[in-house]
Amino acid sequence: MANTILKKEQLIPGQTSKLVIDAPHIAAKAQPGNFIILRVNEKGERIPLTIADTDRENGTITIVYLVLGKSTALLEELNEGDDILDLCGPLGKATHIQKGGTVICVGGGTGIAAMHHIAKGHHMAGNHVVAVIGARNKDLLLFEKELKSFCPEVLISTDDGSYGHKGLVTELLKDRLEKDKSVVEVVAVGPVPMMAAVSKTTEPFGVPTTVSLNSIMVDGVGMCGACRVTVGGQTKFACVDGPEFDGHKVDFQELRQRLAAFSPMEKESYDHHCRCKCNDSK
Amino acid sequence: MTASKKTIAKRVPMPNQPPDVRRNNFDEVALGYTKEMAMEEAKRCLQCKKPKCVKGCPVEVPIPDFIAHLAKGDVEKAYAVIKSTNSLPAVCGRVCPQEIQCEGACILNAKEQPVAIGRLERFTADEYMHMDACDLITAKPECPYIDQDRKVACIGSGPSSLTVAGYLAARGCKVTVFEALHEVGGVLVYGIPEFRLPKEKIVAKEVGALKELEVEFVTNYVGGKTFNIEDLFEQGYKAVFVGVGAGLPKFLRIPGENFNGVFSANEYLTRVNLGRAYEFPNYDTPIIKGRKVTVYGGGNVAMDAARTAQRLGAESVHIVYRRTADAMPARHEEIEHAVEEGIHLEVLSNPIEFRGDERGNLTSVLLQRMELGEPDASGRRSPKPVEGDVYELETDLAVIAVGTNPNPVLLENEPGLKLNKWGYIEVDEATGETSIPNVYAGGDIVTGAATVILAMGAGRRAAKEIAHRFGIED
Repeated sequence: MANTILKKEQLIPGQTSKLVIDAPHIAAKAQPGNFIILRVNEKGERIPLTIADTDRENGTITIVYLVLGKSTALLEELNEGDDILDLCGPLGKATHIQKGGTVICVGGGTGIAAMHHIAKGHHMAGNHVVAVIGARNKDLLLFEKELKSFCPEVLISTDDGSYGHKGLVTELLKDRLEKDKSVVEVVAVGPVPMMAAVSKTTEPFGVPTTVSLNSIMVDGVGMCGACRVTVGGQTKFACVDGPEFDGHKVDFQELRQRLAAFSPMEKESYDHHCRCKCNDSK
Repeated sequence: MTASKKTIAKRVPMPNQPPDVRRNNFDEVALGYTKEMAMEEAKRCLQCKKPKCVKGCPVEVPIPDFIAHLAKGDVEKAYAVIKSTNSLPAVCGRVCPQEIQCEGACILNAKEQPVAIGRLERFTADEYMHMDACDLITAKPECPYIDQDRKVACIGSGPSSLTVAGYLAARGCKVTVFEALHEVGGVLVYGIPEFRLPKEKIVAKEVGALKELEVEFVTNYVGGKTFNIEDLFEQGYKAVFVGVGAGLPKFLRIPGENFNGVFSANEYLTRVNLGRAYEFPNYDTPIIKGRKVTVYGGGNVAMDAARTAQRLGAESVHIVYRRTADAMPARHEEIEHAVEEGIHLEVLSNPIEFRGDERGNLTSVLLQRMELGEPDASGRRSPKPVEGDVYELETDLAVIAVGTNPNPVLLENEPGLKLNKWGYIEVDEATGETSIPNVYAGGDIVTGAATVILAMGAGRRAAKEIAHRFGIED
């Protein structure tokens, strides 16, 4: 239970990293769709991160994070051989996977890594997985190689056209849905506006759409309700009822507002951290 | 006055931090008796032949016995007596609702003030915190031999599990406690605030004493997720105690409840207590510091949330409750303390809608004025709305403290556990055993939200049965 970082890879230098962590007890139970909660040090905040991959044989899990605030900045300071103080999981409901045909898995930004685990689950179940991934430019695109290792098709878009289709993932998705009637499900993981756009895109086609939500959480085991989200007019807890929900029913507007609930404090905390670091180095 | 009628001295008051000081800090409110005060108070006890107080105690502490030792100044013996049935006296002395338990049953309560049993228990435990840990638990001079084959697992590390662990470890069992969060203590750590139950001084001490008895604590392990009950039996555990707490917070089911600034009491208190958010940004967990705070509910949790908000610098704190103050289920002392600290009780009032701005931040609450109607079947006058009397109260932080529902994390993943009609675990009343043999349960996951001491009573019941089946007790 040392939670040792066995491998660290900077996917986008200074911004996004991948950690392979020794956690056999979590790896043994983890399913696609699950997440973990971690804490970097004694004064740290509990933060949820989706499991991007699991290796049961070697007893490891993989997480990918974007350095966005103090907690992820602290995580980024850890290196191979370091231990993560607290690591708890696997949490949340596993992705509902059944064999049915073609599944399109859409990923944006860091969400591509989380989507990867779900796509893999669908692949293992025998579904034809089409991955659609997007980023602002070529250098920011994650997990292309990993997805290509099992997805028969990987469609790519970038905002600036530096790689693949110039434009949005939703354009690729719409195009595909128009041509291919065998699609039984669309999965989307990424920034809230992207998941909202994907859900809007699939709605006219009547294709069931699953989104994986990254709500604010504290305990992650159903105790606090910080992660509550309105789905089909009902309050659900992302940590125990989700994190995956029917994208056609999620109130994305509310989700976006709730994600901003602590933003002034998150900024304060990050600035405080950076100031302290600067003072230390003086 | 005749010679046969002894005058009963007045109850010795508890020294407290003054309200205008304590409302600005998280230090403990009650300062505790001195030895002189404790001995004086102990002498008020009539030493009844058939003590009613003991019957009023869920773990049946031999109250007159420990008080008799205390009256003579023998704290050590007093401690041994309490510890014979109560694993966490420093906690109970602080958080038990004594007025409806031991002190409520005290014979003096009829005409005078009852003996301050809770304060005496607290004094005794605090005086002994410096003693060797094994003495603390067992009241015996040396640690018992721990039989590594008598393996018992507790799921959850709150008061019920700690009681099971203390009881069985003292009798030579090897106990492992699995906790989902990163810190041990359950509600004692995430729920009850520092100013009512100090974490380092009290909770960590009680837990540390259990470690001396080879009780192993495994944090970040979630029953139903990281492991299942079956896994535990495969690993050689002979008995499993489920004490995972009630969990899932209830909301009010009124419009606007998901605005930023509306918190469940669980979230609010967990951020502040477990996350130490009152020390943000030195600690990383943030909390919204409300200017005009409203709290919904009338129990201990509502009082804790209101008093926490006060300490975080709120301009005003209103506790909104639909009945009258005398019907609030909180400990009397908590309500008294809250009012002393300047918290306003907005009674006979019921929330009907939260309002917010365009960014989704809470700005106010609409309240329905209530009045007491005719007595219902239970004899209580139930509140009913005063027609047309709806008013708006400005609020930027609302904390909802109206109870909890069963937490699904363990239950969903253990289909073999039979539940009652409210969704809590069904247990045998006499033993605490669930529908799965050698799996016991107790505390809030069985009863729904209740008190620390009732959870401890349930833990004790299960521990006794486990000890009995191991053949180490009749």
